[in-house]
Amino acid sequence: MTLTDERRLTQLEWLESEAIHIIREVAAEFERPVLLFSGGKDSVVMLHLAVKAFWPSPVPFPVMHVDTGHNFPEVLAFRDATVERLGLRLEVASVQDYIDDGRLRERSDGTRNQLQTQPLLDGITSHKFDAVFGGGRRDEEKARAKERVFSLRDEFGQWDPRNQRPELWNLYNGKHRPGEHVRVFPLSNWTELDVWQYIGAEDIQLPELYYAHQREVFERDGMLISVSDVSQPREGETVEKRQVRYRTVGDMSCTGAVESDAVTVDDVIVEVAATRLTERGATRADDRASEAAMEDRKKEGYF
Amino acid sequence: MRTLLRLATAGSVDDGKSTLVGRLLYDSKSVLADQFDAVERVSRDRGLASADLALLTDGLRSEREQGITIDVAYRYFATAERSFILADCPGHVQYTRNTVTGASTADVVVLLVDVRHGIQEQTRRHLAVASLLRVPHVIVVVNKIDLVDFDEATYNRVSDEVLESARSLGLYDVATIPVSALDGDNVVDRSDRTPWYDGPSLLAYLEQLSPVGSPQSEPLRFPVQLVIRPQSAAGEEFRDYRGYAGQIASGLVRVGDAVTVQPSGRTSTVTGIDFAGRELTEAYAPQSVTLRLEDDIDISRGDLIVTSRSVPPVTQDIDGTIAWLAEGSLMPGTKVLLKHGTRTVQAMVKVIGGKLDLDNARLLPADSLGLNDIGHVTLRLAAPIPAEEYIHARGTGAFLLIDAQDGGTLAAGMVGDALLDTKAAVEAIGDTTVLV
Repeated sequence: MTLTDERRLTQLEWLESEAIHIIREVAAEFERPVLLFSGGKDSVVMLHLAVKAFWPSPVPFPVMHVDTGHNFPEVLAFRDATVERLGLRLEVASVQDYIDDGRLRERSDGTRNQLQTQPLLDGITSHKFDAVFGGGRRDEEKARAKERVFSLRDEFGQWDPRNQRPELWNLYNGKHRPGEHVRVFPLSNWTELDVWQYIGAEDIQLPELYYAHQREVFERDGMLISVSDVSQPREGETVEKRQVRYRTVGDMSCTGAVESDAVTVDDVIVEVAATRLTERGATRADDRASEAAMEDRKKEGYF
Repeated sequence: MRTLLRLATAGSVDDGKSTLVGRLLYDSKSVLADQFDAVERVSRDRGLASADLALLTDGLRSEREQGITIDVAYRYFATAERSFILADCPGHVQYTRNTVTGASTADVVVLLVDVRHGIQEQTRRHLAVASLLRVPHVIVVVNKIDLVDFDEATYNRVSDEVLESARSLGLYDVATIPVSALDGDNVVDRSDRTPWYDGPSLLAYLEQLSPVGSPQSEPLRFPVQLVIRPQSAAGEEFRDYRGYAGQIASGLVRVGDAVTVQPSGRTSTVTGIDFAGRELTEAYAPQSVTLRLEDDIDISRGDLIVTSRSVPPVTQDIDGTIAWLAEGSLMPGTKVLLKHGTRTVQAMVKVIGGKLDLDNARLLPADSLGLNDIGHVTLRLAAPIPAEEYIHARGTGAFLLIDAQDGGTLAAGMVGDALLDTKAAVEAIGDTTVLV
């Protein structure tokens, strides 16, 4: 057996090591980082990596959640339990507050994903956060595929895809002017399958709705929408009980479930490896609006 | 165990890069149904007879409008043996900086050449970038072979021309493959329309490429990112814990190893290697770990922990080769920031030593460097750094030049005389056979 020259990281170990390096760079170079944490699987993995990066010290920055007011209650409960367990400070930017006091108006279709941008940017400004960790991955969407790991935002929170800094080797440049901030994406190089394999390998807990369960749903635009206070069937849409799970977790009104028998992590890994639809295409009404829906939202300062 | 290979594409405008990448993704079944439906729909709207695979990768609105790729896009695909991260780099002259970006992290550059046009200025430039950045492997895809009726002689002429040019730039691990990205010949499967070609398809080649570098053959280099000192925050057990967190840039470290900290030159012994609560007996590049040392010496972010068996010299004067990536120009007297590993120091340009003439790999006299120029500079630093020649140390021989005012990234830098070294290498090695 040849032993000594077999020292190679597996792809998951490599991705983990890269993400930890990125998270540590931010902690070392920025004054006030914050990690966006929704309780969704990507942000859960990102937080898990942050815990590993600073062990045995606690995670040295707070987390923030933009709450649309339409989040799944079980995900919010999971969010709060996680924050509590790790002893973190949670900042919540509430879309509902903005609607209540008139700073934002409800959209005609009732969905709120697009309304998150202003509370997010205001939260960043009011807390003077200079680095904002996001769980975005480049494999999610075409505009995200062009995103840097360290992505500069101007004082309006805008992303200028045509004028991005070149990103060389693993030398990340976080320099910015007052008022600007940097979005940082430690999971840039991960795919949906990598995330699930890592969740399996590290035995990471997730909200239960990521696994197959019985749920009352109705079909709209080819997606299965959960029945809730904010998502009621319209005329002609029939409610059925089906075995479903969520591939992404966002606003209840526009995040679709997929029919699935995957009740364990291993089942989900098999399912994701065999899927013929992207996670956003399968589950997000807001990304179907146009060919460049995500690009347009990102330019305005979205996640 | 699945390994990872990072590749970067390069080539001139209209060489069919986006089509090739689209083909690679599509034929390796990495394109999902809804993505393909979107491409088909747009292609149909434009009156095209079949799906334009380039649309899979051109993600930005202005890219689709202009039909060109503006910015580096990252793509992911996998086979049973390997996962691939692909940096799809635009070919337009004004976007050369993106090729430098993609090449800086690549294990292999996939360079496209249109078989009808042969070598272009951009081809030579991209080969030079691959050489300067020490990308371990280069694959030249001689594309649009369908447009010359799969003619062997035409392919051989272009292939010879490319290999000759690569050699003159000091590149020896270069392969060429005849391809039609549009039809898929030799992309994933061997084509029966090129019976005279007996090499592997592009994907088969990428799967077979040996990973480069091995941790044991290189000296330990560990840039300290931050000091982990929980004090009372992690309980009594860790009150006196002090660890140095970082990602191993090269080499291997074991508990008990003698190490030196640069630039201070202080020495100590490794007493522990921690990874998130697990104690390791050894760790190697590119693992992110935390080291504990025997002595309580002054170490902070920016320091480099190295094996005491091979200690890089410390200097305030750097001779380097840079690729200038910004608008504006670099002149003697310019003050910038230099980021090397985890340390950022002020730097002043003392001398512009010349700029590279890509047509014959010669250094021409120059007073300044402008966008896309590659040249020599001598820098004086405000504080010493452990400088290692990039040709021996891709991990610790690289640096960035940063605009001190607006924070923009100005240049990709490599310690040492990469250009002259290339010429010396050419003279020394002469007509060594090219690996195909």
